[in-house]
Amino acid sequence: MTTKELEKFALEIRLATVECIKSRGFGHIGGSLSVCDALAVLYGEIMDVDPKNPKKPDRDKLVSSKGHAGPAVYATLALKGFFPREELLTLNQPGTNFPSHCDMNKTVGVDMTTGSLGQGTSEAVGLALGDRLQGRDCKTYLLVGDGEANEGQVWEAAMFTAAKKLTNLVWLVDWNKKQLDGYVSDILEPFDFEEKFRAFGFDACTIDGNDVTQLKAALSKEPTDKPIAIILDTVKGKGVSEVEKAAGNHSMTVAAEVFDAWIEEIKGNLNALEA
Amino acid sequence: MKIVYNGEKDSRQFKNIIGETVEALLKEDDKVVWLDADLMGCSGTNKIDDARVINCGIAEANMAGIAAGLSASGMKPYAHSFGPFASRRCFDQVFLAAGYANNPITMIGTDPGITAAFNGGTHMPFEDVALYRALPGATIFDITDVPMLVDALKKAKDMPGVKYIRVPRKDSYQVYADGTKFTPGEAVVLREGKDGVIVASGIMVHEALQAAEALAKDGIEMTVIDPITIKPLDVKTIREYAEKMGMVVVAENHNRIGGLTSAVQEAVCGLPLKFGYVAVEDEFGEVGPQDYLRKRFDLTCDHIAEVVKGLK
Repeated sequence: MTTKELEKFALEIRLATVECIKSRGFGHIGGSLSVCDALAVLYGEIMDVDPKNPKKPDRDKLVSSKGHAGPAVYATLALKGFFPREELLTLNQPGTNFPSHCDMNKTVGVDMTTGSLGQGTSEAVGLALGDRLQGRDCKTYLLVGDGEANEGQVWEAAMFTAAKKLTNLVWLVDWNKKQLDGYVSDILEPFDFEEKFRAFGFDACTIDGNDVTQLKAALSKEPTDKPIAIILDTVKGKGVSEVEKAAGNHSMTVAAEVFDAWIEEIKGNLNALEA
Repeated sequence: MKIVYNGEKDSRQFKNIIGETVEALLKEDDKVVWLDADLMGCSGTNKIDDARVINCGIAEANMAGIAAGLSASGMKPYAHSFGPFASRRCFDQVFLAAGYANNPITMIGTDPGITAAFNGGTHMPFEDVALYRALPGATIFDITDVPMLVDALKKAKDMPGVKYIRVPRKDSYQVYADGTKFTPGEAVVLREGKDGVIVASGIMVHEALQAAEALAKDGIEMTVIDPITIKPLDVKTIREYAEKMGMVVVAENHNRIGGLTSAVQEAVCGLPLKFGYVAVEDEFGEVGPQDYLRKRFDLTCDHIAEVVKGLK
């Protein structure tokens, strides 16, 4: 995809994400919007996946350990053709296949069940290790939240990834600076993620995680004998100015008209891009 | 089923049996993976030279999550640590990543209950069965002897859900003939008697058989049942015997809350009968030789006999 096509895909993911959350009236909007650009580049450019054969063993896999980014993941999968887009509008309805947090047994195309923060990191390690033991030439992409990195399990899994040279696992840390109760730096200062991952034995870099060009460049890099960790400097709520500005934007409940205004803003950006 | 119990110790060490069995399973099935948490020397797997034997270090939560991920990728993982660390320490990971997400794995918890002996209270799980019983779809083996361990390890490989195998590391009393095949959820009646039934698992099977022997000398004939799996529990067999005899005594190396005592109570609920138990009261473990702990927590054949006599 060209840069413009990737930017368009990211905006379409944002649009479908907000429509998905609007259908229920509330949801984890901030942390969903911050990863839309990464999802656009992963599913638009980098990952080898087949909507017609979603369980193909040697596909590339995504583990969103920040399971609450479910709406953005679902939006991406719908746009890729894993299931009809209108199914997104059943988010969190009784009996839905689209719960708040990612579920591999409910949603076609979701590679791992996550939600209890920290756990997706070890699950992703297991997926990548299993692929390596079975001689599959594919990669697992792991999306971890910055608040999520409060969990000790994240660092156990990081240690294992580097120690066992699991280079078919790529770590992406969504450094969007906020968690449920406020700023990450106020709640449990993580200090320098890039330095931390480097000290853990990774090839680490920090990029603008809302810039598809930088994402494409970083994700196209082949690992040496060290696994890759990419710190995504992002904005929580990216792409909807009111959500970006909101202090508490982890999960938001707003009226349908407000959602409509947000949708109009994204549509306006899409039109501007196409003009 | 052939019962070979003679009250004498089987010198074979459980840990060596784990090592040998796992080595054979790795050879026969290329999907088998063994994960350990810096206790390979204690599971007898440290001599196996295979890329599918992986030491995860002292990180049980990570190990359980990795096991679930391996399962999702098509492998058949086993993960070992001492009982408390293969249950409490990684329970949320086993519960969600393996159980809830339907990624079958087998957890091995060594040194259950008082068999933790010199490692003491921090290493002495009296609650591991209670935890795994609360995990939907789990299977719990409380290992009685070597043939049961071998069969449980082999069977667990291809069973759905989460399997938890609690097993000491040292010697045992052989009850079943070598090569015996068990069916999860099917209890084995080890001894028939008309006066009551003792349901015992793991190291308490030997104590129960000793107690039944002693009671027979006093004219009290007890049936002894090994449930093989505490979950699923063979409710049908246990209820049948309980109803016929009107007396049930449970013997387990575990807190009376949440383990076999609770499971049997639930199974016989509503039947008119006398009920007793020989189990750890609601307390923590402590350090000491196993024989001291057996008496300290009243997990003896003498105590079983006393409880039976008290109910007569």
